[in-house]
Amino acid sequence: MLHLRHSRFTSYKISHGLYMNSSLLFFVLLCLTLFSYWFGVQRALKTVGGAEHKKNLVCLPEQFGLLTAMVCGLPALITLLIFNSAEQLVIEQLLISTLPANIQSLSSIDLGLYLNNIRAIASSETAQSLLISINESNDLIQQVQLKAALELQELNYNASWLKTGLVLIIVCVSVTMLVRKFSITFQARQKSETIVRALLVASSAIAILTTVGIIVSVLFESIYFFKSVPISDFMFGTQWSPQTAMRSDQVGGSGSFGAVPLFAGTMLITFIAMLLAVPVGLMIAIYLSQYANSRLRAFAKPMLEILAGIPTVVYGFFAALTVAPVIRNLGESIGLSVASESALAAGLVMGTMIIPFVSSLSEDAISAVPTALKEASLGMGATKSETVTKVLLPAALPGIVGAILLAISRAIGETMIVVMAAGMAANLTANPLDSVTTVTVQIVTLLTGDQEFDSPKTLAAFALGLMLFITTLGLNILALKVVRKYREQYD
Amino acid sequence: MNNLNIEQLELTETVGNIYADDAKMSIRNANVYYGDKQAIHDVSLDFAKNQVTALIGPSGCGKSTFLRCLNRMNDTIDICRVTGQLMLDDEDIYAKDLDPVLLRARVGMVFQKPNPFPKSIYDNVAYGARIHGLTNNKAELDEIVETSLQKAGLFNEVKDRLKDPGTGLSGGQQQRLCIARTIAVSPEVILMDEPASALDPIATAIIEELIDELKEKYTIAIVTHSMQQAARVSQHTAYFHMGQLVEMGKTEDIFTRPSHKLTENYITGRFG
Amino acid sequence: MIKTPQTQQETAMPTITEKVTQSLKKRHQKERRFKRIGLFAVLFGFMLVIVLITDITSKALPAFHQHWVKLEIDYNNAWLNVSSTADESLNKANYRKVLKKSVYEMFSSSDKKLNRKAKRQLFKLFSTNAEFTVKDTLIANPEYFNKKTAVWVRLDDDVDSYLKEDFAVGDAGLRISKQQALWLEKLSSEQRIERRFNFSFFTASDSREPELAGIKGALMGTLLTMFVTLLLSFPLGVAGALYLEEFAPKNKLTDLIEININNLAAVPSIVFGLLGLAVIINVFGLPRSAPLVGGIVLTLMTLPTIIIASRAAIKAVPPSLREAALGLGASKMQVTFSHVLPQAMPGIITGAIIGVAQALGETAPLLMIGMVAFIVDVPSSIVDSATVLPVQIFLWADSPERAFLAKTSAAILVLLALLLVINVSATVLRSKFEKK
Repeated sequence: MLHLRHSRFTSYKISHGLYMNSSLLFFVLLCLTLFSYWFGVQRALKTVGGAEHKKNLVCLPEQFGLLTAMVCGLPALITLLIFNSAEQLVIEQLLISTLPANIQSLSSIDLGLYLNNIRAIASSETAQSLLISINESNDLIQQVQLKAALELQELNYNASWLKTGLVLIIVCVSVTMLVRKFSITFQARQKSETIVRALLVASSAIAILTTVGIIVSVLFESIYFFKSVPISDFMFGTQWSPQTAMRSDQVGGSGSFGAVPLFAGTMLITFIAMLLAVPVGLMIAIYLSQYANSRLRAFAKPMLEILAGIPTVVYGFFAALTVAPVIRNLGESIGLSVASESALAAGLVMGTMIIPFVSSLSEDAISAVPTALKEASLGMGATKSETVTKVLLPAALPGIVGAILLAISRAIGETMIVVMAAGMAANLTANPLDSVTTVTVQIVTLLTGDQEFDSPKTLAAFALGLMLFITTLGLNILALKVVRKYREQYD
Repeated sequence: MNNLNIEQLELTETVGNIYADDAKMSIRNANVYYGDKQAIHDVSLDFAKNQVTALIGPSGCGKSTFLRCLNRMNDTIDICRVTGQLMLDDEDIYAKDLDPVLLRARVGMVFQKPNPFPKSIYDNVAYGARIHGLTNNKAELDEIVETSLQKAGLFNEVKDRLKDPGTGLSGGQQQRLCIARTIAVSPEVILMDEPASALDPIATAIIEELIDELKEKYTIAIVTHSMQQAARVSQHTAYFHMGQLVEMGKTEDIFTRPSHKLTENYITGRFG
Repeated sequence: MIKTPQTQQETAMPTITEKVTQSLKKRHQKERRFKRIGLFAVLFGFMLVIVLITDITSKALPAFHQHWVKLEIDYNNAWLNVSSTADESLNKANYRKVLKKSVYEMFSSSDKKLNRKAKRQLFKLFSTNAEFTVKDTLIANPEYFNKKTAVWVRLDDDVDSYLKEDFAVGDAGLRISKQQALWLEKLSSEQRIERRFNFSFFTASDSREPELAGIKGALMGTLLTMFVTLLLSFPLGVAGALYLEEFAPKNKLTDLIEININNLAAVPSIVFGLLGLAVIINVFGLPRSAPLVGGIVLTLMTLPTIIIASRAAIKAVPPSLREAALGLGASKMQVTFSHVLPQAMPGIITGAIIGVAQALGETAPLLMIGMVAFIVDVPSSIVDSATVLPVQIFLWADSPERAFLAKTSAAILVLLALLLVINVSATVLRSKFEKK
């Protein structure tokens, strides 16, 4: 009862919105930072006895202000971000600890559902109505839930005030400690430059953090996955049918996760795409760099940029709703049986998307061949086509191979076109008129359904993601090596 | 830099002997334009058969541009326009029905910086023969390659490593490879655009000796910025200045008794 | 020309020329063929673009118009069943009944009553939101109470498609029966059917009913997500580029960072979605399908592009500028921020715009973090559930109704138009600053 009385008090405050939410806090922090800039300038001027003497300072008063602003804003901002990140987790743990033992011992899936329920109640009801419902209710289970919802509201409320207090304290303490040091010889500029430099380094380090994040997250979940499904089954198995794991006792049991059909499907569609993109892209590159006049080039460049800039979801739409039916009708009119989601449709449209990629990289490679070689060949009486095929292309070959590898990497990693135009049934076939599924399609399918995060089905998506990441990374590194070897030839 | 105002010296007529009895190539009133800019002004001269004619002059005076007209290499530059009568034997090489491909098989070119193809030495030399379809017989091709390398004075040095890449040779060897490649097609005229300027003195000497031997069989036009080289290697010399042919004549005459003041200034090193 | 052969070489020479001449014809043929193939490839590329755009445009056109029908509505209180004309009462009145009864009256004659099946078919002609239109009309004009008046309501999407002559009666997949077709003819002969521009496409948010669905929600979501992306990726990207170009020492760590950035630029976008899912949502517990999370994921994707483009712009600043400033006693930091950065800014902004344009069209990573839900409300902050235009297109593309086909195509046109505007402004900006 004591507990409820306390809640009644805070519930009043919650229902009247008397708490700081995050965005408001950010805004307040911003204002404080701006204010401390002004404050820093004033204090700096004060130490030399007024604005007339500002030349006596080692550095400009503005730099004092900047330093103050940074000292005010940065520690508080970092604290706020950390707090926000950890907030949910901590609150959840605290909430769970207030729940009765039989709830706490639920499986993680059920506990998660229970908590979601609580959250829904807490965000839709006011504290007052919760109290009323608790008193009115006779159902013990419901009472527990409602009390938990109330508890959650209180926790959130306390957290927000704690956050606010923390931020304000940090701001006051750090600014005060700083301005106390202000003197005529205080090297404000150097100190602020050091801070700025640290920020710059941190920004660059985000790239490494991202890669680490990707590797860790994907690897982590994949390892978890390989605990239930052995890696050899995954890599070499030919049956892919992740059954619905709706029954909590089904842990990777009847679902088979042999990914070979996925790899094969990916390869088939990529192959078809390359069959279209490489010849067309290469010939476009050759024609534009060797034969076309500037007028044609002026039209062709935008055309290629349009092809490159069209979002892949648009290509997917085009593939699924225009190309696939056309191919189907064409095939059936000559008596072939064509799936409505044929690999051919997806592959052709993917090839279209890749054409500008191949074309521009190849053109770079061909242009990088020294003109001296072209002139030597022409000077001996070779025709342009002979020069291209016998001198330029062989010389540019490493660069072109690199371009093709990068294009393959792009095709493998492409998602939307295949999600919309390729099938979902894992089919191990080499027939382009059949429907196949790819690695990326399965990743999307597995993760956009309604399943709990830890089931092997969703973890399988991460294992696939790991395969994808390794493959594309490998291709990219290979492409780089090949191109670098090529550059050495001319150094 | 000098007290001669070059623009003031009007050139109405080329001084010296521009005609040859036995001319392999005859140029009459050649003008070359790059867009609106005129690079070559009304040049006329003959290239004597089986002789070496040197084109000298300060840098930027149009020697290379003029040379590139002789095998229509300027066709590769869109804004370049050539007028006048340029004849190989008795054919106008800029005639509408004249095939540049054929022309370039008859008039070969060696460039300033050695530019062997990134292929084997053998394939470099065999390139021309292959594309022109001079032979479909491996033995004949081998012979062509060997003969050309010998004529270029390179065969003994590379005969054991014909499959090695041409780019692996030294500078001088590469240039001789380029010469071998050019003569493998048996041209009638060889144009050389400062062939030794990227080479060290020893390699230069070898090239110069080679040129002297080559003139027995080919008509050679060589652009050079080195007067000493011109003096050593050529029988006739043409002095160019700002796109105009100032003076032409026998090499020994040009270098000992130049007729035009500009020629004399250049020879004696007052400018250039 | 007969020449006296002087040397062995001379007798051989004409033969060589002859040989060359022999080969010429074929070689020139090959040349012509080669050139033609190249030209064909370029024209093929043009054709692809044209086919794509025309196909989508033709599919999209029906979405911009909608058919409305004029009905005689009797706001009879026997059907409305309200006690007063106060707003609160009117809000709760039974407009469905009003609509139904009014319509039945319009179509039944004294001798021919409608049976239940016919009534249902008749009612299906109208959009599900017709009753709300009827309600809104009365609330806006309370003087119609207990009177008859004409009210324009939307027609159902199947009817709309039929009227747009997409189908003939009896076509497979057509959901218009012969009787319905007759009724429609009657209405049309009475000048009761009108075709209007479909403003609601832009002002309404998503709906299950194709005739009501609009892209406002998705547009808002896109705007918010792009806002977050730009806000995060621009400063981070420029800061990273500045560091790598101006301050970073040439050591292994810097090399590692550079390699990382180049690799990240080539990682498939779906992997970023996985990262977003695993880390940002599960570890940090941020709300799924919020523009904030979408923005963070897209930031990580765009960051390498912006860093690479900014580095190029910074590299292009001539060193003489830096040396001059240093010579005047400025610190490295001051040189960078006061001189180099402003000079490089046009190039940097262009790069950022192009990066954002790429992010605009991204779908896969956003699917991963949950922007797949059916969002009806227009998002108003970066933590509300939202969807973005590409995802909306994806979701609509799955729907079988013919009207959604047109809507999807129209949404694609809007997306392409947005991208065009962004890219063109980037190009214009770039050329404007290059002219300086």
